[in-house]
Amino acid sequence: MNIVVTVKQVPDTWAEKKLDAADKTVDRVSVDNVMNEMDEYGVEEALKIKEAHGGEVTVVTMGPAKAVETIRKALSMGADKAVHLTDDALHGSDALQTSAALAKVIATLSPDLVITATEASDARGGVMGALLAERLGLPQLTQARKVTVDPAAGKVSIERLADNGYALVEASLPAVVGVVEKINQPRYPSFKGIMAAKKKPLTTLSSGDAGLDAGSVGLAGAGSTVVDSQPAPPRQSGTIVKDEGDGGVKIADFLAAQKLI
Amino acid sequence: MPDTRLTDEQEALRKTVEEFAREVVAPVAAHHDETKTFPYEVVAQMGELGLFGLPFPEQYGGQGADYFTLCLAIEELARVDSSVAITLEAGVGLGAMPIYRFGTEEQRLQWLPELTSGRVLGAFGLTEPGAGSDAGGTRTTARLEGDEWLINGSKAFITNSGTDITRVVTVTAVTGRSEADASGTGKAEISTIIVPVPTPGFTAEPPYSKVGWHASDTHPLSLVDVRVPAANLLGERGRGYANFLRILDEGRIAISALSVGLAQACVDESVKYARQRQAFGAPIGTYQAIQFKIAEMEARTHVARTAYYDAAARMLAGLPFKKEAAIAKLFSSDAAVTNAREATQIFGGYGFMNEYPVARHWRDAKILEIGEGTSEVQKMLIARHLGL
Ligand SMILES: Cc1cc2nc3c(=O)[nH]c(=O)nc-3n(C[C@H](O)[C@H](O)[C@@H](O)COP(=O)(O)OP(=O)(O)OC[C@H]3O[C@@H](n4cnc5c(N)ncnc54)[C@H](O)[C@@H]3O)c2cc1C
Ligand SMILES: Cc1cc2nc3c(=O)[nH]c(=O)nc-3n(C[C@H](O)[C@H](O)[C@H](O)COP(=O)(O)OP(=O)(O)OC[C@H]3O[C@@H](n4cnc5c(N)ncnc54)[C@H](O)[C@@H]3O)c2cc1C
Repeated sequence: MNIVVTVKQVPDTWAEKKLDAADKTVDRVSVDNVMNEMDEYGVEEALKIKEAHGGEVTVVTMGPAKAVETIRKALSMGADKAVHLTDDALHGSDALQTSAALAKVIATLSPDLVITATEASDARGGVMGALLAERLGLPQLTQARKVTVDPAAGKVSIERLADNGYALVEASLPAVVGVVEKINQPRYPSFKGIMAAKKKPLTTLSSGDAGLDAGSVGLAGAGSTVVDSQPAPPRQSGTIVKDEGDGGVKIADFLAAQKLI
Repeated sequence: MPDTRLTDEQEALRKTVEEFAREVVAPVAAHHDETKTFPYEVVAQMGELGLFGLPFPEQYGGQGADYFTLCLAIEELARVDSSVAITLEAGVGLGAMPIYRFGTEEQRLQWLPELTSGRVLGAFGLTEPGAGSDAGGTRTTARLEGDEWLINGSKAFITNSGTDITRVVTVTAVTGRSEADASGTGKAEISTIIVPVPTPGFTAEPPYSKVGWHASDTHPLSLVDVRVPAANLLGERGRGYANFLRILDEGRIAISALSVGLAQACVDESVKYARQRQAFGAPIGTYQAIQFKIAEMEARTHVARTAYYDAAARMLAGLPFKKEAAIAKLFSSDAAVTNAREATQIFGGYGFMNEYPVARHWRDAKILEIGEGTSEVQKMLIARHLGL
């Protein structure tokens, strides 16, 4: 199996997220950056599939120079090689442009399986998997909480997370699969893994190297523009329900009002 | 002056252990502290992560890092839970390290692959009920009978000695006496001997009821007519004393790292709390009395960390490091105890409640001034280096 897994570097989940005042892009400079947490599950799943069926795991990321830290983490976990698409010209690309760029790189790798996570914790578009599948002309399976590949039959099947249970869905390979956090427990890189990562092949591409037109990427050419933004309102104080014999009903009413039940 | 900057790989490992501590250790730390239970599932995961193999070469199942990298891992664990940190420190520094440093190739191959995997634990039994700081006063004896050592005696306060996964305890014992001197007794010849667990006659007595380190495993040991093969002698006969001094010198750097982790945890918790706790209409962190306390805590932690980084760097560079290790241990254990006391103060009444980590840090701190050489012993060592 030739597996490609996409990973994105995002501002630390624990840090306060901000937009750059000048161009309204995500501020990735003044914060600690980490691998999008859900992508760790994607990497883990790719490694598990490789361990079961053999093959190779290639990590693909588009992001600033610093995103190489995220690539190293994936390589220390056990991925075999990586492609880093990075270029000042890419700064501010929107999801559509990002997907075009990533698809171009992924196509050159001729994968049997592309694994993405369901969403990245910064922009939270939840769209990249679908955009990639469309551009690559591949079937897409989403919200996978379990993945089973059958290389001999050229098939991949998943348990797709549903509101009350799961659906069994399958597709022919090659395919794009999006995973959710329930799928596995990502491993921590060992020191041996960290050392080994230093020697693994890493290809760094500029937008030109990847064959992308200068005008097709970056803030200027983005199809969508961030016009304005507001900080999230502070969390509201909780509702205190006093139990006067009807506490249960009040809680049920509250949950119903929040559309939780 | 040796370089104390972290390499990219050391920094990556430090970050990994920081994450591991936050995600795996922290959620169960209070539970194991309260129930005084050994966190087997955490230790197993530390093993999978390769922490028990950090300073050993790959041919023994190790990770091929070094002692400094081990210390970084110990510091990160101690920011969350001292018990788990000492389990690693003792397992590697006292359990596996003597076998690696002084063992024959056969002994290394017999014990290290299991120990470095973290699936089994080793312990080092030096202290006795009547001999701690003055370890030369060891009473436990080992007599060579045919091709076996016959060991009799007892040990006190031995870490990792009675868990379900303890498979080896290295003990020091008197194996003879030099020519009788004027007093007629002669000087004790001390050697180190590997005792596999279980061995008939070897018993880990019920655990101590301790003030802190509740999730760490500590037992008195009794050895009654314990027989092990003559080949279990570790290192040269009569070199036991010199060998464990080397092990303790290194161990001081690791205990210093553990102390720094605890001291740092107290700073972190205090900053968070001081920002949020209101008194007299403002967060207590706006009052200079609290700010100064925290500033001093941070300064102490920083100096302590610099001291252990330096001692570790000297050791790895092959330079003399005994004095620096003693200074690091002396200073950082004091920093840990002081920071824990100050953090508890900053938390007010909540600081005295077991559900807050600072209360646990406060209970866990004191032993740092006692284990692997008391503060007085560190001062004796430093004074000796000054020619006194
Ligand atoms: C307000 C705002 C500001 C932005 N600022 C910037 C900016 O400063 N710089 C910038 O580059 N982009 C910026 N973007 C674009 C954003 O990064 C894109 O929307 C795009 O990368 C898709 O990300 P997502 O988080 O929506 O992906 P999702 O669709 O939520 O991600 C799903 C999965 O797709 C994969 N994936 C997503 N993005 C990448 C990637 N870049 N490389 C590899 N795999 C990936 C991951 O596996 C991820 O888990 C901004 C977007 C918004 C809304
Ligand atoms: C939780 C825990 C875990 C431990 N784990 C281990 C282990 O795994 N293996 C092991 O071998 N040991 C272990 N120990 C033992 C520990 O190393 C000893 O307790 C320590 O070295 C002190 O020895 P002691 O208790 O006999 O005190 P003593 O040596 O009796 O000291 C009593 C006091 O006298 C002071 N003192 C002694 N001599 C002098 C002097 N010459 N001048 C000035 N002051 C002096 C000491 O500093 C101390 O304050 C552990 C102890 C504890 C509490």
